[in-house]
Amino acid sequence: MRFLDQPIEFESLPGHAIPVFAARTTADELAAFCHAAHAAERRLVALWGSDERDREPGAGYALHVAFDLAEGLVCLTLPTAPDQPVFPDMSPAFPAADRMQRAVRDTIGATSEGGDQRAWLRHANWPEDYYPLRRDTPDARFETRNEDYPFVRVEGDGVHEVAVGPIHAGIIEPGHFRFSVMGENVLRLEERLGWKHKGIERRFVGMALAEGARLAGRVSGDSTVAYAWAYSQACEAIADVTPPPRARWLRALLLERERVANHLGDLGYLGNDVALAFGLAQFLRLREDWLRLNAKLFGHRLLMDRIVPGGVAIDLDAQGAEAIIDQCHAIEEDVRRLKSIYDEHAGLQDRFLTTGRITPALARRLGIIGLAGRASAQRWDLRCEHPCAPYDELKPKMAIERNGDVAARALVRFAELGEAFRLVRKLIVDMPAGELRRDLRSAPDKRGFGWVEGWRGDVLVAIETGADGKIRRGHCHDPSWQNWAALEHAVIDNIVPDFPLINKSFNLSYAGPDL
Amino acid sequence: MNFYALFAQLLELIVALILAPMLTGWVNQCRAWMQNRSAPPLLQTYYTLSKLFHKDVLLAHNASTLFRAAPYIVFSCMALASAIVPTLSTELIFSPAADAIALVGLFALARIFISLAGMDVGTSFGSLGSRREMFIGFLAEPALLMVFFTASLISHSTSLATIVETLAHKEFAIYPSLAFSGIAFMMVSLAENARVPIDNPTTHLELTMIHEAMILEYSGRHLALIEWASCLKLFAYSCLGIALFFPFGVAQAFDPIALTLASAILVAKLALGGFTLALIETLSAKMRVFRAPEFLGTAFLLAVLAMLVHLLLEAGR
Repeated sequence: MRFLDQPIEFESLPGHAIPVFAARTTADELAAFCHAAHAAERRLVALWGSDERDREPGAGYALHVAFDLAEGLVCLTLPTAPDQPVFPDMSPAFPAADRMQRAVRDTIGATSEGGDQRAWLRHANWPEDYYPLRRDTPDARFETRNEDYPFVRVEGDGVHEVAVGPIHAGIIEPGHFRFSVMGENVLRLEERLGWKHKGIERRFVGMALAEGARLAGRVSGDSTVAYAWAYSQACEAIADVTPPPRARWLRALLLERERVANHLGDLGYLGNDVALAFGLAQFLRLREDWLRLNAKLFGHRLLMDRIVPGGVAIDLDAQGAEAIIDQCHAIEEDVRRLKSIYDEHAGLQDRFLTTGRITPALARRLGIIGLAGRASAQRWDLRCEHPCAPYDELKPKMAIERNGDVAARALVRFAELGEAFRLVRKLIVDMPAGELRRDLRSAPDKRGFGWVEGWRGDVLVAIETGADGKIRRGHCHDPSWQNWAALEHAVIDNIVPDFPLINKSFNLSYAGPDL
Repeated sequence: MNFYALFAQLLELIVALILAPMLTGWVNQCRAWMQNRSAPPLLQTYYTLSKLFHKDVLLAHNASTLFRAAPYIVFSCMALASAIVPTLSTELIFSPAADAIALVGLFALARIFISLAGMDVGTSFGSLGSRREMFIGFLAEPALLMVFFTASLISHSTSLATIVETLAHKEFAIYPSLAFSGIAFMMVSLAENARVPIDNPTTHLELTMIHEAMILEYSGRHLALIEWASCLKLFAYSCLGIALFFPFGVAQAFDPIALTLASAILVAKLALGGFTLALIETLSAKMRVFRAPEFLGTAFLLAVLAMLVHLLLEAGR
């Protein structure tokens, strides 16, 4: 099978919830495919590396690049040399590839030919020649150290730098932001992330499939359902098991509940960031009610470990279904009233409108995805584009805005809330009966992919098993990888005090892209 | 007379020092209620101050004497300002010494020192905050002065005691000029006290801060003094507003009953004022920094209008 008129023969991987195609390729073919995908206005999903030296004598490393094509997920694997491994630079076509390439260099040691060569995930805390994802790298502890990171400097009369973080005045996740400003105007923002490195991908190695589910669910706490589902999809593809229908519907119910909880929180915090604390108090009240029902019905506020490979670990009885429907109605009504307050509040609208604007053209160029992308007219939503069951029956409506400012991102959240309430009700009414979980047995030397539209954007989990059926390489991709780079552009020409608001309107994960 | 003035002066100072944190606590309480949150206790500000006084002071290595002196200077300025404003009585020792213009000068002095201290350690937030504070200050001060000038024109004096006495004794009549300057004064007070919509006193987002950004490096008793000074400033402004626009009930002669009554009336008026402030803060969102000139420009315009209205309509009375 061939795509985009490129001379690469793909094989279709069976057993996946979404169509997945894979192929091995050469560097030139990969570069050509990359440009063809860019020209066809498709997007790069993820990019990661693996160590293949133990497979056969003379083997080196491998670079895996996943694209979103109209046909489904397409994964190209480029084998590289064992010494001095290099791969083509994909950042000219897909700017978001830049940091992923730097992460591959930091963790595997394969380098892109060109592009930014500064370390990304590796701070001075581990030595330059220590590659944590190489299979022969021993566990080690290193002294905590600091280093000077070569930020890009903006020269000029009156230009100065403002450095923020990684430790902030409030209790939030760590990220360093270096602003070059002229007075209050931001000329350039450069992010430095990687303060939350936990070694999750290294931890995956050698885990049984069932064991890895708990780890995958902890990549990013606010997206635990999305990660758990994506991980389960990958495992089910490896074991060639289809989860029972009721389990799939329950999974969608949990995913939509996670989406609602996060959107409610974000809308509150957006109000709070323009000092409208009333909005925060109200939205947090709704979110709290929502989470408490989660805890009551499913035993966990954030729904961690409720989705397991093979099915789900929870069930819903008639009483619970009724409670969910009732709460949906009540909260939807409150959200509707709060929306009209937000819509009619002149001060709030003045702060939201035109702030942190990313035009559709720029969004296309940067490859913004997920919620932030949809606010800039980027029609990426897996639930509509490559719907897996039960989304093929639910037919969710994609929320699209064109302005790309803070107001647009708030509107997309409101629209998705309304749609999620509809989906939750429909999921409950139409939920099939039946078993909840199937047994799952791992298979050796297989690859599985899971791809789920979380509340922030699409989450990709790629799992590869070794000869013993245990995980050989597990990669989790967070949509924040793509959107962090876009945030740097959203801030340009805004004023410094608007940055927290713009940042909150994206609400990206610091932990997710730093495993 | 001197004994009474001394007593009234001391009483007023003590009342200000004691009541000011409670006013801040009351505003926070009202705000929490309006947002459907359970409120901190009324005395929370005292607990915070006492906690801070018990903590060690941490100083940056390059902090100069100015940085250490600024909290004391700012606190003294605000304490003195609260003493000048005739809240309980118009017969005060300081009333001939400092008039309305001197009061504006006192606020400016405190502002200059806190801004310099903000820049002293050399962090980017400190200078960011100082820059914004001066920007807000140079817009707010002229408007405040215009408000005082209108009041001075009515009473033919810049002495605060005389102004209050005149206003309190005028036969009841509606003064359009006072209405205009009252609104102008309220807008200036919001800006000067770092309240919404100009600043957000509760924010943790260091990039959006104005007042808080300047004092990020302070700790222990220094921070306590600055926080207390902020309470005093809010108190002084509230009392000024009350003295200029709702002066009834102020004691004018030595009379313990009048003084007690004046205290009770003051507390009631402050409670009402604090409630209004909380209401304004709950209903409005913070403006972009560059909207502040429009906001304060409007305040200045209203103050000028008040003066014109006075000269055109009320001068003959």
